[in-house]
Amino acid sequence: MNIVTADPKGVDAGPHFMDGDHAIAEGALAAGCRFFAGYPITPSTETAERFAERAPEVGALFIQMEDEIASIAALIGGAWGGQKVMTVTSGPGFSLMMENIGLAVMTETPMVIANVQRGGPSTGLPTLTAQQDMLQVRFGSHGDYNIIALSPDSPQECFDLTIEAFNLSEFYRVPVFIMTDETVGHMHEKVVIPPADQIKVVERNLYKGPKEDFRPYGFDSQGGHPMTRAGDGYRFHITGLTHNERGYPVMTPEQNQIVLTHLIEKINGNADKIIRLEEDQVEGAEVVVLSYGITSRIAVRAVQEARKKGLKVGSLRLITVWPFCEQRIRDLSQKVKAIVVPEINYGQMVREVERSAAGRCQVVSVNHCGGAVHDPLVILKAIEEACR
Amino acid sequence: MSTTEIRFSGFGGQGIIRCALITGKALSLYDNKFATMTQSFGPEARGSACSAQVVVSDERVLYPYITRPGVLMALSQEAYDKYWGELPDGGILITDEDLVKMGSDHPNLAVRRVPATRFAESLGNRLFTNLVALGFFTAVTGVATADAMKKALPGLVPGRFLKINIKAFEKGYEHGVQCMAGSAP
Amino acid sequence: MNDNTEIKNPLAGVLRTERMPHIWCPGCGIGSVVTCFAEATKRSNIDPDKLAVVSGIGCSGRMAGYVNFDSIHSTHGRAIPVATGLKLANPKLKVVVFSGDGDLTGIGGNHFIHAARRNMDLVVICVNNFTYGMTGGQVTPTTPSSANASTTPYGNYEYPFSLPFLADAAGATYVARWTSLHSRNITQSIEEALQRRGFSFIEVITPCTTLYLRRNRLGDGVDTLQYYQNNAVIKHGIDTRETAIGFQGQIVVGKFVDRPKPDYLESATRCNVKFIGDDYQLYGKTEPEKQAEEEAKKAASGGESAV
Ligand SMILES: Cc1ncc(C[n+]2csc(CCOP(=O)(O)OP(=O)(O)O)c2C)c(N)n1
Ligand code: SF4
Ligand SMILES: [Mg+2]
Repeated sequence: MNIVTADPKGVDAGPHFMDGDHAIAEGALAAGCRFFAGYPITPSTETAERFAERAPEVGALFIQMEDEIASIAALIGGAWGGQKVMTVTSGPGFSLMMENIGLAVMTETPMVIANVQRGGPSTGLPTLTAQQDMLQVRFGSHGDYNIIALSPDSPQECFDLTIEAFNLSEFYRVPVFIMTDETVGHMHEKVVIPPADQIKVVERNLYKGPKEDFRPYGFDSQGGHPMTRAGDGYRFHITGLTHNERGYPVMTPEQNQIVLTHLIEKINGNADKIIRLEEDQVEGAEVVVLSYGITSRIAVRAVQEARKKGLKVGSLRLITVWPFCEQRIRDLSQKVKAIVVPEINYGQMVREVERSAAGRCQVVSVNHCGGAVHDPLVILKAIEEACR
Repeated sequence: MSTTEIRFSGFGGQGIIRCALITGKALSLYDNKFATMTQSFGPEARGSACSAQVVVSDERVLYPYITRPGVLMALSQEAYDKYWGELPDGGILITDEDLVKMGSDHPNLAVRRVPATRFAESLGNRLFTNLVALGFFTAVTGVATADAMKKALPGLVPGRFLKINIKAFEKGYEHGVQCMAGSAP
Repeated sequence: MNDNTEIKNPLAGVLRTERMPHIWCPGCGIGSVVTCFAEATKRSNIDPDKLAVVSGIGCSGRMAGYVNFDSIHSTHGRAIPVATGLKLANPKLKVVVFSGDGDLTGIGGNHFIHAARRNMDLVVICVNNFTYGMTGGQVTPTTPSSANASTTPYGNYEYPFSLPFLADAAGATYVARWTSLHSRNITQSIEEALQRRGFSFIEVITPCTTLYLRRNRLGDGVDTLQYYQNNAVIKHGIDTRETAIGFQGQIVVGKFVDRPKPDYLESATRCNVKFIGDDYQLYGKTEPEKQAEEEAKKAASGGESAV
């Protein structure tokens, strides 16, 4: 991995009072992103606006495309043109992006896509919070594949995780998603941007070897395979068709097996290196509350109340939502009575928890439609019932 | 742990969101507190009413929204009518004394009134109303220090109006100090 | 690649010979456009390392897989936005979009008009065979009224686009149309387009022998060339409103539009220079790069400036 310190040009170091949307833009600039294509949609637009405002002084390019389909298509071109690229959107735009998310996965194109979730389906609740796209991000494009998704719980984490998203994306050559929500996106808090020399950035691994040995892909189920960019003389070809390591179409079941195994296993096989969790008093707990994003902050409040009542409750926060922490849940399910899963949706990530727990412990979904965060008392009640 | 929830409210164009941003920034950057600021984006944010919330604490703020406001600043009649009822006993109610006609004396609340619009006009422009009110708020609640609030202004008010905004803040602040000393005219 | 093929095949070097044979049917017009393109790239003296080709999906879209340039075979209709990203991320590139009529003006129509509106520096070549070839001969936005297609089995009752008019109206700064019979003109138009900046659109009317011709009982490829011979009229500079094509009717060809206008990046740069000043530079060197350069300079000057 080619790790360098950030280019100070993109780093607005110091303490700020800013919202999550703005922090995502700052994280992208700090990570070295210099190309942003997007289309306005509430509640994500502030990220695009911030990037557009900062672009000239940083020497970055912002373009407002004609729609989200064009935005993500432009990212694929932009990445193979040699830039680190990103876009931001919300529900309806996310749906429009699905086809080319598949192309990015298939062509192993690094990019970062932030989804500031709002209530759906359809136009739904444009200005109100939700966590309803958690399965769409993993399964929304057709075909079998894998991606990485992170879920920040604060503006500070929006900044930090956007940098991490770029780093993971460059190394694994896969779209990485920031799955945040209207609450975190619009909420202002202190965000400390460290000086450039304290920010670690993964640079693109550009191929430098002889032309005849150049391969845009290496199907070895690992990250780190070098990429190239247009204009460097390697005359790459990439396609959404099933292809060989040279990038040329090979449309056979055998080749599909080779490509898919690589695409899926480069993430699954490295899940323990990718996954980040935050755990608090999980060891020895009777009940564990599993949550992510804004809901984890609400959940902690419920957990604190439960502890005051003498209940043995742990909390587990998914920082990485995809790949899912299967192994950890499998282990936990043998030790705890129940796992309580509050989400601002009708039960999405809880399916993964159920699958991983496989009946070894109780799994309680505290689901809740979009538009507002949970009332902590509802989570508390679920904890109390689970402890009984 | 001490947590205070503050609601700033009024009509659009009064600089209500700005008040919340300045307060949140002052607290979290210069007063060593944790502060989370949110504003209404929903359909209710359309029209004339406008509201923004700051939750401040010595520890990390978990729940970002208002559950039990300790302070309500209402700079319009509509805002007062809509929100005063959520104040619990002992809550602080701050209003503009010319713009808001109170329906009762609110014996259970700490009512603090300031002629913010009038003061702002005396400084040359109604646009400074929010800063007068904010200075007053700072003095009567003690939630943030005046120093931190003033430090938070650059970047949140236009540079060429910084001085006059500080003046407006100070005017409101002095009035608040006098008011607390029981000597307000 | 061995030298023999280079002598035998004028396209060697331009085509990925290891990928031959191609998938196109005998008599299909796509091949002739590819030949013209290859010829134009050679004549234009453009650095082949700085040329990139993007296409969407369709028979014509397969072109990206056969040319020996950096190439992206993207998704149906999305070649233009992918090309836009490529060009903007790497402004030194000349980016060519090779596309079918359905790809470019059906599913991708919105991208087409917006790239033209922005005067994005792209060369867009449309192989217009009046049909969705790859999926088996369905109607497209350019199928002439009354023509038969598999989804208009009793004749097309919709009104078709005239692409030169569409491109012109949307803001394209270079617009030409030829038939696959006009190889010299196609080559020349592509060469001109490669040498200018801005949104250049070249439409080539071509036969889809397997589907369009057969379904409409129009004979084979040779009959079509005969039809072009008899019905194509060269009218350079004509008002693009006069370029509609009726079923087996007259085909107005020529160079219709060629007007200079700042392209997207020139306009963006101009705006940013106004705001930032003359040292504005898109994707300028990073700070570490600059420092390294300065140190290298110092070292070269013998360290005298160390004091
Ligand atoms: C989103 C999507 N819809 C439909 C298709 C199926 N499809 C593939 S090629 C094509 C038509 C291509 O027609 P055209 O662009 O005219 O190219 P031609 O084959 O005629 O050269 C269609 C509809 C697809 N690949 N993707
Ligand atoms: S189907 Fe038509 S367009 Fe496609 S290759 Fe055959 S002749 Fe050409
Ligand atoms: Mg076609």
